[in-house]
Amino acid sequence: MIDFDNVGLRYGMGPEVLRDLTFDVPRRSFQFLTGPSGAGKTTLMRLMFMSLQPTRGFVRVFGQDITTIPQQKLPKLRRRIGIVFQDFRLLDHLTTYENVALPLRVRGKEETSYRTDVIELLKWVGLGDRMNVLPPILSGGEKQRAAIARALIDQPEILLADEPTGNVDAPLARRLLRLFLELNKLGTAVIIATHDLSLMDQIDARRMILSGGRLEIYE
Amino acid sequence: MNDMSETEQEMSGSRRKIVLRPTAPIVPAGNIAGSSLMFVISIMSFLACLTLGAVIMVQDTASSWQSQISREITIQIKPEPGMDLEAELIKARDIALTFTGAMDATIVDTAATARLLEPWLGEGLDLDELPVPRLVIVTIDEATPPDFAGMRKALDESVQNVFLDDHRTWVDRLVAMANTTVIIGLCVLALVFMATILTVVFATRGALSGNHHIVEVLHFVGAEASFVASKFQRHFFLIALKGALAGGITAALTFAIASFWASHSLATPESDQATALFGGFSMGAGGYIGALAIVVITAVLTALTTRITVIRTIMEIDLVRSDPTLSI
Ligand SMILES: Nc1ncnc2c1ncn2[C@@H]1O[C@H](COP(=O)(O)OP(=O)(O)O)[C@@H](O)[C@H]1O
Ligand SMILES: [Mg+2]
Repeated sequence: MIDFDNVGLRYGMGPEVLRDLTFDVPRRSFQFLTGPSGAGKTTLMRLMFMSLQPTRGFVRVFGQDITTIPQQKLPKLRRRIGIVFQDFRLLDHLTTYENVALPLRVRGKEETSYRTDVIELLKWVGLGDRMNVLPPILSGGEKQRAAIARALIDQPEILLADEPTGNVDAPLARRLLRLFLELNKLGTAVIIATHDLSLMDQIDARRMILSGGRLEIYE
Repeated sequence: MNDMSETEQEMSGSRRKIVLRPTAPIVPAGNIAGSSLMFVISIMSFLACLTLGAVIMVQDTASSWQSQISREITIQIKPEPGMDLEAELIKARDIALTFTGAMDATIVDTAATARLLEPWLGEGLDLDELPVPRLVIVTIDEATPPDFAGMRKALDESVQNVFLDDHRTWVDRLVAMANTTVIIGLCVLALVFMATILTVVFATRGALSGNHHIVEVLHFVGAEASFVASKFQRHFFLIALKGALAGGITAALTFAIASFWASHSLATPESDQATALFGGFSMGAGGYIGALAIVVITAVLTALTTRITVIRTIMEIDLVRSDPTLSI
């Protein structure tokens, strides 16, 4: 689904943050992306989300070279990818419910058609009684779960989650991980960027480790 | 009673009832940037409508001056020792009346002439002792004015010391002045329009800049540029329409109050002065249509600026893809 071929990336005139990356993310796969802070996990996520282009090499998403995708086709492709930003990016003037429903709303769907799905998902991530609350009032962990729910709501083909357990305690992290696994069983390829070793130790999954700009993969 | 208990059972049977607020608009309803945009737009449309009204007023006044003054011409006869002034005046009047287009001719009699000169020469004047010129006032039909040159020639041939003043020079000068005033007014109007356009464009962009993160999130969760643009466009169109209407209505009220004041205090010297200059504060239907046009143009302009700015913001977000140096 996502193919990297000898990809290198530098910001401006800086050093190469990513070097010679060659890997692919297979359909229905589950993997962790790890490495120390500043290793380039977020940068790699942005490449996969097509919000950044490589300085050299090729990135193909759904079989298309991202450097040649015309701008107006980006939204349609991005709709097939769910993303959890490290900084959540919830809209402060919308309630938790409205934030989670946002991807469906911008696809032009009627509120009545998704209402129960959104409520179900919110209950699943433990935000059943925080639906009418605005993000500034939510705790860090609640915001994180709202951001995850928003990424999942339209059952994407690929889920990119940047530090999705960074702000939650261990039991909730386990619960979220179970949620990701469940989603994966339903057919979504999942990529979780994290530096939390204990999280990765819980399941036996593919590990992609970034260090010094290079990537090592342990199947 | 039965109904009640049934509903109650139903309620407790199902899980806790979920009440959601009505879905909020994607673009936040009100913020400081939005209200200051509305304020700026109302001020600008107020100024533009006021300028438009003033220009229309000057133009109306100019054309009324022109028509009022050319409605009359005067024949002037200077006295000379041994000349029968009264006979010459009658002759002149009769000649003038033979011309088609001359509707009426009146000799200004000695009493009236004395009254005219009173401010300069004082009361109790004996005109016979002074070489004061006498006048015949000829009212003319504006639609078919008489042949002034022919009339002048005929008068010169048979009346002594005669001078026909068709006010041409005076009217020409007045019209030139009025035209200059109107041109200056139009220039001011053009400047105010341009200032309005620029202010509206920059104020809209300023108000939008605070919404950059909303545009970005919408785009990242899969919204197309046109969808995002249409949401913002509608929001800012309404803001601009409210602001522009407030400004336009205030301007119209200002004119209405001014005209009320002018018509209800006609006796005061100030208002006489103003009326003489401006011919009353009325913009007429053209003024109100123009004001409405200003309001609509301002609102449409804001909507258009919003659309362009939002689409460009999205293009810039996507541009980051191709150039990591631009990334935030
Ligand atoms: N927008 C940017 N402009 C310049 N340098 C950046 C930018 N984003 C990240 N970097 C740099 O790239 C490196 C990798 O950052 P990042 O991908 O955020 O790492 P991680 O997510 O693994 O902590 C860091 O050295 C960071 O300073
Ligand atoms: Mg990061």
